[in-house]
Amino acid sequence: MPRWLRALTLLVAFFAAGAWADDDELQKILIADPFIELHTGPGRGYPVFHVIERGREVLIVKRRTDWFQVRTDKDIEGWVPRDQMVATLLPTGEPLDLQEPSRENYMSRRWQGGIMAGDFAGASLISVFGGYAFSDNLSIELTLNHILGEFSNSASATLGLMHVFVPEWRVSPYFTLGTGIIYTDPKSTLVRAEDRTDQIGYVGGGLQFYLTRRFMLRSEYRNNVIFTSRDDNEEVDEWKYLGFAFFF
Amino acid sequence: MEVSRLRVLFLIAFAATALPGCAMFRDDEPEATQAATVPAAESGATTVPADDSPESKPIIEPQVERRTIKRAKIDTEDFEIGAYFGVLSIEDFESHTVYGGRLAYHLTEDFFIEGTLGQSRAGRTSYETLSGSAALLTDDERDYTYYALSLGWNVFPGEVFIGENRAYNSAFYLVAGIGSTTFADEDRFTVSGGFGYRVLPTDWLAVHFDVRDHVFDIDLLGEKKIVNNLEAHLGLSIFF
Repeated sequence: MPRWLRALTLLVAFFAAGAWADDDELQKILIADPFIELHTGPGRGYPVFHVIERGREVLIVKRRTDWFQVRTDKDIEGWVPRDQMVATLLPTGEPLDLQEPSRENYMSRRWQGGIMAGDFAGASLISVFGGYAFSDNLSIELTLNHILGEFSNSASATLGLMHVFVPEWRVSPYFTLGTGIIYTDPKSTLVRAEDRTDQIGYVGGGLQFYLTRRFMLRSEYRNNVIFTSRDDNEEVDEWKYLGFAFFF
Repeated sequence: MEVSRLRVLFLIAFAATALPGCAMFRDDEPEATQAATVPAAESGATTVPADDSPESKPIIEPQVERRTIKRAKIDTEDFEIGAYFGVLSIEDFESHTVYGGRLAYHLTEDFFIEGTLGQSRAGRTSYETLSGSAALLTDDERDYTYYALSLGWNVFPGEVFIGENRAYNSAFYLVAGIGSTTFADEDRFTVSGGFGYRVLPTDWLAVHFDVRDHVFDIDLLGEKKIVNNLEAHLGLSIFF
């Protein structure tokens, strides 16, 4: 068993241990709707097996996507959709704030992550990115690229700034600028092949399309300059045709 | 009559001073962690001890129950981590065991994104076996590792019944993704897709059965061709 698999097993065991939550730390809420329905599972198709009427208190055990597992005072556990939870109250009488990302407040979400796929000078490109927004418009973004070509493979890591011009638009353009490093590993069949690490700078732009709730689609173009050790710098077009991003 | 009025006055004065005073003692009790506990310290501490004249104090000290306000800190379990073990058929290079790890993030009840990292080992081609010599790959080059970033769709969520009294949540899902395969000492862009079936014995544990096809271009045997490497595995994962 390799070391990383052993580490993974350990990690799994760790999370398993964490899966048992303490009762005292659970959030207590008051039902404000005439009644809420408990489903057997976290999905719209699971049957309703229990109802809790207004004024009763229940504990929120956990949340999975848009479903909340609640526990009644009689130890009955079931799943309640988010729509019904919105109308519940905290013991203080305030409405329960689920801090739900939506079209109106998705800009206030600070963290963003996603995957993109595209083309890097004819090679296939897999890109993973994560960003943090300082303001509604400006964010810093770390991108990791894996470039798989016919003659060489590369990996790059770049850090850049991204400026979204009008973030409240559903389809909004952005501008990006940054720098990083690129490692190129030519395929062994090539003559004069040597590994090299170069600095890379880029300028680019793209479009982000707000899908729903916390999800976005993105498309991006970057013009890269690779600062090689040779006489000429290399200019490379990078197209990320489609990407998927989400806020958290 | 005179006596009883005095007594009433005395009792009221006693109550006004002693009751908040009593509340001070409740301070000693460990504070319960429930959201709706009374922070007794505040009402007790603001009261002057019970040696003043009754006139200087209000007759009734309102003892407002203050609840400690606790914001919703709900345990969100949208992530899933796990490991799997199965068989991978590497085109031209026999079938071998494959094992790997998996991290998934459930976006909605319908969709999830998933990253997988797997490892296997290639066997010998028929040519190598038949000719009895001329190994195409060195020992190290036969290591086969891959990663895939995929989008999954829970097409058929449901329940499975075992006997009369047990029902477990389940889902049949489809996945498609991109990634890279390292084989014969080179990375290759890989498109993968497949389906899986997940059963949850408890709310936080899932048992998976998955079938995946990993497709990529390879020119190892002279000419470039597309290979389909089929994989079937069983996995266990935990929601957190």
